[in-house]
Amino acid sequence: MLFTSYRFLAFILGLFLLYYVVPKKCQWPLLLVASYIFYAFAGWECLVFIGATTLTTYGAGLLIDQNHARQKNYLAEHKADLSKEEKKAYKEKQKNKRFALMVVCLVFNFGILAVLKYTNFVIANINGVLQMTGSENMLSFRNLLLPLGISFYTFQSMGYLIDIHRGKYSAQKNVFKFALFVSFFPQLIQGPISRYDDLEKGLFGQHAFDWQTVSFGLQRILWGFFKKLVIADRMLIGVNALIGDTDTYTGFYVFLGMLFYALQLYADFTGGIDITIGIAQVLGIPMQENFNRPYFSKGIKEYWRRWHISLGSWFTDYLFYPISVCKPMLKVSKFSRKVLGEKIGKRVPVYAASIAVWFVTGIWHGAAWNFVVWGLGNCFFIMLSQECEPLYEKFHARFAVKDKMWFKAFQIGRTFLLMCSLRMLDCYRDVPMTFRMFSSMFTDWNIGEAVTVGMWNLGLGVHDYVVLAAGTVILFTVSMVGRRGSVREMLAKKPAFVSIAVFGALFIATVLFGAYGMGYDASQFIYNQF
Amino acid sequence: MEQLLEILSDLHPEVDFEECDTLIDDGILDSFDIVSLISEINEEFDVVISAEHIIPENFNSAEALYALIERLEEE
Repeated sequence: MLFTSYRFLAFILGLFLLYYVVPKKCQWPLLLVASYIFYAFAGWECLVFIGATTLTTYGAGLLIDQNHARQKNYLAEHKADLSKEEKKAYKEKQKNKRFALMVVCLVFNFGILAVLKYTNFVIANINGVLQMTGSENMLSFRNLLLPLGISFYTFQSMGYLIDIHRGKYSAQKNVFKFALFVSFFPQLIQGPISRYDDLEKGLFGQHAFDWQTVSFGLQRILWGFFKKLVIADRMLIGVNALIGDTDTYTGFYVFLGMLFYALQLYADFTGGIDITIGIAQVLGIPMQENFNRPYFSKGIKEYWRRWHISLGSWFTDYLFYPISVCKPMLKVSKFSRKVLGEKIGKRVPVYAASIAVWFVTGIWHGAAWNFVVWGLGNCFFIMLSQECEPLYEKFHARFAVKDKMWFKAFQIGRTFLLMCSLRMLDCYRDVPMTFRMFSSMFTDWNIGEAVTVGMWNLGLGVHDYVVLAAGTVILFTVSMVGRRGSVREMLAKKPAFVSIAVFGALFIATVLFGAYGMGYDASQFIYNQF
Repeated sequence: MEQLLEILSDLHPEVDFEECDTLIDDGILDSFDIVSLISEINEEFDVVISAEHIIPENFNSAEALYALIERLEEE
């Protein structure tokens, strides 16, 4: 069930009504039923996979939690009669048990994800090697089901399990409540990847109808639909045309495609997240933000702290730190400091963990080499900027430009173009082709033809460009105003007719200019495929 | 504490670590800094700070970090 379908609109409107009519203690069970109905629309067989992840994670979490409690009680009971060494040995033994339980569950669940998502990628690579060696025997591809949102719910569940193992909070004892945490439908298909302790209170609490919360949620949903239907889906036509004909659309067209895709992806992904957070808000459930005006970042590290925040923080907490501060890595660090010197050796664990994280980030986005190169490309530029920091410091000590507006604008523009360039790997989906198209920007000088003729033949008419330009100005303005706080709260403080006029206009604009009923259907959200 | 402040100052000489209690919240220490810091602390203090200890409450100030080191030393 697409977020942009009439069926989905009917589904959420019905749910909103029921949610505030049923007794409050029935609100979370209602959400569980609604989430499973939503998920069943993706195919009944998908329920088996989400069910398996739910039950195994629930069970493992509970066992680990019980072990934590047992250890605490045992140590309290034997406080006086155990020596320090005996206590240490007991703790170590229990720790190993918990670790084993966690690893079994992680391997099972990431195993499902790996088999379903990456089997054909592995087969394609084996076939490539066989072809190079002259073999005629090729492996056949498997027709595997990829359950909706599997990457998102697997990561969310495994984050919960690791947190239980770390003793961050207690395990959820009610299997149905835990099933809701895994399957909560607004976030199921494109995130954010929530943390259990962030979501727990909102998800299982009892919510009275509050007009301001509900209206803020509805406003956010409307804003998400505007971004998705008016901007992203309209821009999709131009993007598809530009990347679909790589013989014709070289040179300046590639640059144009980069900008178009940047706008499309931003409007699509943030629009989807606005709808998700808006739905949760109508239900009285606060959810973490996934974006913080990323295109205003002044550097690549900052960009990744502000784009798809929940995925970035997941990788930082559950992959980057465990790799970079684990005992073997600290030994490597010690060794490399001796061999390579203090300055370089210190960086070894950080860079080794970064490479691993960005490799996984790449492959998480898609089972293809273009995504791996994209991930490692990001890693390369992050390391480069880290290495260049002493140079930046010298530059800023010599020239007092750091606080100048024009210099900040330069930094923002530089970061934006760098991210757009890397994202070309996502557009063309082929590494050599991406490099060819990128280099054509500097060799094929066709800006005149592109502006006067070409860009008017992409399937976008004058009215489309006007709508896109207006939409971009609105996006930019809202982003700028949003730096001072919530735009909805600012509007709510003004006389009622201001809010009514603004959101009325937004609604009319979405209905009139949304990309539907004009010969094409609203498309899937880009992040649904992950 | 002196020893810890010295390690922190080596990392960011421009920061007043005795006063600042928003090292993580304000993004003063990033993930690169934290890993370098842990590596130094593990060696200097003979403790093991692992991934589960990396939460803002433990790293927001020098004081909180020192409290963590003391806790781990006791264990």
